[in-house]
Amino acid sequence: MNKVVASADEAIRDVGDGSVIMLGGFGLCGIPENLIRALAKKGSKNLTTISNNAGVDGLGVGLLLSAGQIRRHIGTYVGDNKLLESMVLAGKIQLDLVPQGTFSERIRAAGAGIPAFFTPTGVGTMVANGKETREFDGRTYVMERALPSDFAFVKAWKGDRMGNLVYRKTARNFNPLMATAAKVTIAEVEQLVEVGELDGDSIHTPSVYVKRIFQGDLYERRIEKRTVRKVSG
Amino acid sequence: MNKPGKDVEKRERIVNRIARELRDGFYVNLGIGMPTLIANHVPPGIEVIFQSENGMLGIGIYPVDGQEDCDLINAGKETVSETAGTSYFSSADSFAMIRGGHIDLSVLGAMEVDEEGSLANWMIPGKMVKGMGGAMDLVAGARRVVVAMEHTTREGAPKILKKCTLPLTGVKVVDTIVTEMAYIRVTERGLVLEEVAPGLTAEDVQRATEVRLVVGERLKVMEV
Repeated sequence: MNKVVASADEAIRDVGDGSVIMLGGFGLCGIPENLIRALAKKGSKNLTTISNNAGVDGLGVGLLLSAGQIRRHIGTYVGDNKLLESMVLAGKIQLDLVPQGTFSERIRAAGAGIPAFFTPTGVGTMVANGKETREFDGRTYVMERALPSDFAFVKAWKGDRMGNLVYRKTARNFNPLMATAAKVTIAEVEQLVEVGELDGDSIHTPSVYVKRIFQGDLYERRIEKRTVRKVSG
Repeated sequence: MNKPGKDVEKRERIVNRIARELRDGFYVNLGIGMPTLIANHVPPGIEVIFQSENGMLGIGIYPVDGQEDCDLINAGKETVSETAGTSYFSSADSFAMIRGGHIDLSVLGAMEVDEEGSLANWMIPGKMVKGMGGAMDLVAGARRVVVAMEHTTREGAPKILKKCTLPLTGVKVVDTIVTEMAYIRVTERGLVLEEVAPGLTAEDVQRATEVRLVVGERLKVMEV
């Protein structure tokens, strides 16, 4: 089995206007840089993006934002993106903010065949408005629906030609859950290896979830907040 | 307007006081900003594991220059290091851990807290759009929730209110409020003032607080 495509451009060949796309990453950590650049180049419009953050101005999802490609964004925290904040306040983009645990679980549920679930998160707040609530063992919970998508763009450290993926450190974040929740999951990896090279006990995303895979050409690997300590002595 | 030096002093006092709430073996989540500083004040002889909601247990200190790794960050997106025993997991696992009641203590900032222990810290309608991140899950799921904040706004207006006015992060979720002026516990009979900062009286704290405080029977001076 070989799911390898030649490039990011080929990987996104069927992404059309109006697509719903999940993008992995927390801040700039573990984002599918090559796929985002290819999508910005392709210029698809009226997109719905599902991503924890919206990148920063000019990088990550911010690239799609400044090109005016996004109609609606679903995420949990956008405080690092001034452009998005101004676009929302001006009514130019629809922004749906979801608590991060609910966001994660909605994506996980979509990939796991669970249409809805009850969570204690957000009960009595704006995010529970208009939603069904129910009491279990004396505590109130709110019903949240699964969140599926057309495409998931995920980034892994290593992947094999069959689509098995291994992530590195905190660059894992939303990538493994998003990989399960889309009709078409596209993985970009830093190192593409032969089938059999990855240890089966260490695979984070089993190949069944991945439709296309390629090795990224360029990883800028930008650090959002470089914090270091002084060496003593 | 406060001087910057004064702000640092206030923050140090809050951070030091909350650090004394840590117990050996605790799994702790620290919010972005001031709460993050608590990691630098763990009392000697105590082992605490810090959780980061972006998928890590065992956050270490900031790396030395040149050792920073773009794949290794905390929830504030700052580069960090590992400790012995660090583990990594997905965001879904991370919040299962949080909602499932496995985190002993969550410390986070707030713009407003009220008499019932409800808090607001994620948006100002029409002005600020940032998002709640993991805060709503943390306050709903952690076993104990401590708010770390300055007692009043920069203009001197109270932040501990009868009822929060901003969109809520959680309803009846806060256990303890620690400010530079006081240590306050949220109870069935209201907000109980248990400690006041050195040099202050219960009346001083009350004047900076909108809601009527219940003065604790064993009111103490805050150790800082």
